[in-house]
Amino acid sequence: MVELATDLTVREVARAAETVLGRTVQVTHATDIARDLAVDSLALMNIVMELEDRFDLSIPLDRLATVQTVGDLSELINKLRVKA
Amino acid sequence: MGLLDKHLGYRAPLDGIRAAGADPFNVRFDAVLSPTEGMLDGRQVILLGTNNYLGLTFDPDCIEASATAVREWGTGTTGSRFANGTFAGHAALETALASFYGRKHAMVFTTGYQANLGGISGLVGRGDHLILDADSHASIYDAARLSQAEVIRFRHNDPEDLYKRLRRLGDQAAGSLIVVEGIYSMMGDVAPLKEIAAVKKEMGAYLLVDEAHSMGVLGEKGRGLAEAAGVEADVDFIVGTFSKSLGAVGGFLVSDDDNFDLLRIVSRPYMFTASLPPAVIASTLTALKRLEADSSLRLRLEANAMQLWEGLRDMGYAVGPHASPITAVVMPDQAMAVTMWNALLANGVYLNLAIPPATPDNRPLLRSSVSAAHTPQQIETVLSVFEQLGQEFGLLKRARRASA
Repeated sequence: MVELATDLTVREVARAAETVLGRTVQVTHATDIARDLAVDSLALMNIVMELEDRFDLSIPLDRLATVQTVGDLSELINKLRVKA
Repeated sequence: MGLLDKHLGYRAPLDGIRAAGADPFNVRFDAVLSPTEGMLDGRQVILLGTNNYLGLTFDPDCIEASATAVREWGTGTTGSRFANGTFAGHAALETALASFYGRKHAMVFTTGYQANLGGISGLVGRGDHLILDADSHASIYDAARLSQAEVIRFRHNDPEDLYKRLRRLGDQAAGSLIVVEGIYSMMGDVAPLKEIAAVKKEMGAYLLVDEAHSMGVLGEKGRGLAEAAGVEADVDFIVGTFSKSLGAVGGFLVSDDDNFDLLRIVSRPYMFTASLPPAVIASTLTALKRLEADSSLRLRLEANAMQLWEGLRDMGYAVGPHASPITAVVMPDQAMAVTMWNALLANGVYLNLAIPPATPDNRPLLRSSVSAAHTPQQIETVLSVFEQLGQEFGLLKRARRASA
C-alpha cells in the first residue's frame, strides 16, 4: 500500500513538472531532478508550488535541501501528508 | 579536476553569450561622465540600466558632503559598529531615516543585500514561517536560507494565492512574516499592497516591504509603495537601499518594534561586517534630505518613465503592465536578447541583459531603468535606436511612430 501511494505521488510530481516546464517528462523514483530533468532551482520551487496546490499541503522550501530525486520528493510529500 | 568543475554547466552558455560580442556581465566603463552618460571603449553611451532613479550620483551637495566627511573622518571605519563603534554619521543617518518614515527605529546596513539578509534573518528563525512572493530578489531568498525559517512562496503579486497558502498553515499563519517588494526589479511591476495588507491583517501575520526600487520613486513624499498605497500603518518593517535613488551604497531597516535594538546583537550580517565609510554616510544623508525637500525629481522621473514605456509599447514591444522607472522589454529568446543587447550598446545605449533564472517566467529581458537626470532628448534617442534595431531584427512589424 505504501508503494502504491508513492507511485501515485511520483505521477503527481511528473504532472506538476510537466505543467511548470511545459514539456512531457518521464520519471521514476530514481530520476535526478536537477540532472535528468534539467530543472534549475527556480523551476524546482515552481514545481513544489504546483504540488502544494495539488495536495493542498505546505511544503516549506528548507525541506528541499535533502531532495535530489523524484523519489526523495515523493517521500517528503507523503511524510508531510501524514503529518497534516 | 577542480572545485569549480561543478559549475561547468554554465561554461558553454556563458562562452556563447561572450562570443556574440561584449560580455554583458562584465561591462567595463572607462569613465562615467554624469548620471546618464559613460564611456565604453572610447565611445559615449547613454546609461539606461543603473537604477540611478533620481540622478543624484553627481549632485554637487552630495559630493561636497562626501568629500568633507572623508577629510574629517578618514576613508573607512575599518570594522563593524559592534567592535569599532558607531560614528556620528551612522547615528545621524539612522535618526534621519526613522524620521523620514515616521518610525521609532532605523538600522543601517553596509549593502542593500545585507539589509535583507540581516533584517529578515534577524526577524525570523527556526520554527517561524516566512512567506515570500515567488519573484522575490535573491537577497530575500538568501535571507530565507540564512534564517532557517520554514519558507513558503506564493504566486507573484497574487493576494488570493497568499491568503490560500496562509490558510493552509492553520494556526501557524499568525505570527508569520510576509515579504514583498514595492517595485519588482525585473519587470518594474508594483505589488498590490493594499490587498496584501488586508490579508496580513486578517491572518495576524507581519508584513515587511522591500522598497529598494520604490523609495524616492513612489508616494507623495517619496517613501515608497506603502505610502502610495496608503497602508503604512499595516507595514511592520521597511527595508530599503542607498544604492538606487540615494546614489551611493548601503541599506536599512525601519520599524516601530520596541525590541528593535536586539537586532543589533543577533543579526550576523550586521554584526560581522565593516560599517559604511563616513563619505558614503554623508552623501546618503544629503541625498535623503534632497529627496525629502525636492519632489520635482520624482516628477521628472515619472515623466521620463512614461516617455520610455509608452514609446516602446507603441512601437509594439512587449513591456510591463504599467509605466515604471524600470521598463523591461521581453525578448523572444536568449539569442535575440544577446544580439539586441550588443546592438543597443554598439548604438550608444547601455542597459541590462537579464536572462533566466534571474527573470520571471523564464523570459530573457532587456531591462532598462530611467533617471530623473535623463533628458527627454536622451530618451528620444534611445527610442529611435530601439525602433531602428527592432525593424532590422524583425522584432517590430512596421514603423509605428512618426520619427522625431
